[in-house]
Amino acid sequence: MKEEKKKAKLARWVDLNLSNEKLIKMYRDMLHIRRFEERAAQEYGKGKIGGFCHLYIGQEATGVGAISALREDDFIYTAYRDHGLALARGMESKGCMAELFGKATGVSKGIGGSMHFYDLAKGFMGGWGIVGGHPPLAAGSAFATKYQGRDSVTICFMGEASTNQGVFHETLNMAQLWKLPVIFICENNGYGMGTAISRAMAGEHLFEKAAGYEMARGAVNGMDVIEMYREMSVAINRARTEMLPTFIEARTYRYRGHSMSDPGQYRTKEEIEEYKKRDPVETFGKELIAEGILKETDLEAMDELIKQEVQEAVEFADASPQPSLDVLHNNIYA
Amino acid sequence: MAVLQIREAINQAIAEEMERDPGVFIMGEEVAQYNGAYKVTQGLWKKYGDKRVIDTPITEAGFAGIGIGAAMTGIGVRPIVEMMTWNFAILAFDQIMNHAAKARYMSSGQFKVPIVFRGPNGPAHMLGAQHSQALESMVAHVPGLIVMTPSTPYDAKGMLKAAIRDDNPVIFMESELMYGIKGEVPDEEYLIPIGKGDIKRDGSDVTIIAWTKMVAVALKAAEELQKEGINAEVIDPRTIRPLDEELILESVRKTNRCVIVEDSWPFASVGTEIAHRIHTKAFDDLDAPVEKINAADIPMPYAENLEHEAMPNAEKVITAVKKVMYR
Repeated sequence: MKEEKKKAKLARWVDLNLSNEKLIKMYRDMLHIRRFEERAAQEYGKGKIGGFCHLYIGQEATGVGAISALREDDFIYTAYRDHGLALARGMESKGCMAELFGKATGVSKGIGGSMHFYDLAKGFMGGWGIVGGHPPLAAGSAFATKYQGRDSVTICFMGEASTNQGVFHETLNMAQLWKLPVIFICENNGYGMGTAISRAMAGEHLFEKAAGYEMARGAVNGMDVIEMYREMSVAINRARTEMLPTFIEARTYRYRGHSMSDPGQYRTKEEIEEYKKRDPVETFGKELIAEGILKETDLEAMDELIKQEVQEAVEFADASPQPSLDVLHNNIYA
Repeated sequence: MAVLQIREAINQAIAEEMERDPGVFIMGEEVAQYNGAYKVTQGLWKKYGDKRVIDTPITEAGFAGIGIGAAMTGIGVRPIVEMMTWNFAILAFDQIMNHAAKARYMSSGQFKVPIVFRGPNGPAHMLGAQHSQALESMVAHVPGLIVMTPSTPYDAKGMLKAAIRDDNPVIFMESELMYGIKGEVPDEEYLIPIGKGDIKRDGSDVTIIAWTKMVAVALKAAEELQKEGINAEVIDPRTIRPLDEELILESVRKTNRCVIVEDSWPFASVGTEIAHRIHTKAFDDLDAPVEKINAADIPMPYAENLEHEAMPNAEKVITAVKKVMYR
């Protein structure tokens, strides 16, 4: 499409007050996650990254759409699939990759690892490894900001499998009962590890779990960064101005296994290919071109820069020292 | 100096800290309108209102986690979470062990978790197996947690005030049977530092180590032993973790003999750890192996006679003391 060509209809985000810079940043953040995670997979294969490594590839629009709608003084909690969300919050590739490499220069200085990224200054509260364990912490964060009279909100990402845990329900109950400014974003990627949701959850409509607590709720296409942003804007407004929680089911999909050690025999190649046709990064890139905001060459140039950034992050992580043995007993107590 | 019950001393500690720091609040089951299941929070709701004295649903893991998350934000909030008893807190152990205890370490020191979990611990009287267990070794096992166990009104108040002001998760274990125990409490403010034990009775012949309600058992045994010319020293570590190891070793080096009394189960108990430390660090000073008196290694039965049989008492302590003294 020629840039000068007059568009017949307004972009579908016209109501959202999104500047072109913001839209471009959202695209860039998604591509950044994609390239970072692809590289993490490679480095894992080379043995540079140990333990568990849960990739965010395929789910980029959910995280970027949600986090793009936040303010700097808001808080973010998530489970162990946390690299992408950390990057979306503006944590640097270098520190993130170094953490995966278990290096002293990592975001948690090599102590946390893949599942435990933290940056308190950015309100990135982690990075938690027990399925369903962190939602009450997020509600607590919302409790604290409300207690102190602030209008910050807290968002809490979680996988759909965590909604079968008891603590999830305890948290929703109190969040609604006490009117806490927290937004639960359930990233429903269809599988709790290797178990399809239909084999683990009674009932079809996941977001209706929040109905039992009379909480505002809904499902959104988590493969669409704009739709995600739109739903989040409504929820954030509700939290900030009315001190009320929201439960959002973001329907998304992960292309890779649950973790790097997952052979993925529980789903078909066709299913994965079907989702890739709606790839969140590609789709949004095409849309930005169609709207005349970016050109194909812009996307290519951006991709090159990101790849370079990730390459530098790998080099940085590789060259960084392991934590000193002296830190072994540090930070157990304040 | 006022004479207060332990529940009143704890109540004063909470009230004073709430008065001093608007970031301090208390939440738990029945803490507000009901004034506390054991009346520890009597009057606090009336004084501080819904915002700072918060009744929770019966959902221990949930509200423990909310407290932890609130503490972690770093915006000056210091929750006190009342567990109606520690038996129920078992539901919250994932929150306490996996989240509160590890947040600081995993983040390389980015988070502080200034929170107190408090409530009664250990068997009371005829409450049956699920309500009669002493769980201090389970929490003391976890790096990142502080574990405090007061035995007098004076200690309870000074220790709790220190716990509330501390920037770490503190497990504060009281006892249902001790809430009514009276003791002198100074009118002026004081704090008892975390990790500081106390000599509850000076003695020279044998060291008896005990905490919370076992201190009274130890003191009673010591009185009886005195009649037989045995002068027992009673050491109350007060804080289980970090342990006042120096105080214990100093006493054992003087008496050369030691008996540990606890109402928890014997396997991998706190007493097991203390005995190990004495055996390895004061071996040459010992005239006999350290003895341990525990609750029986069974779920607690209801029947009064069986419960009595299962619990430590002064007679059992006296027998153990005589054993280490070869008398």
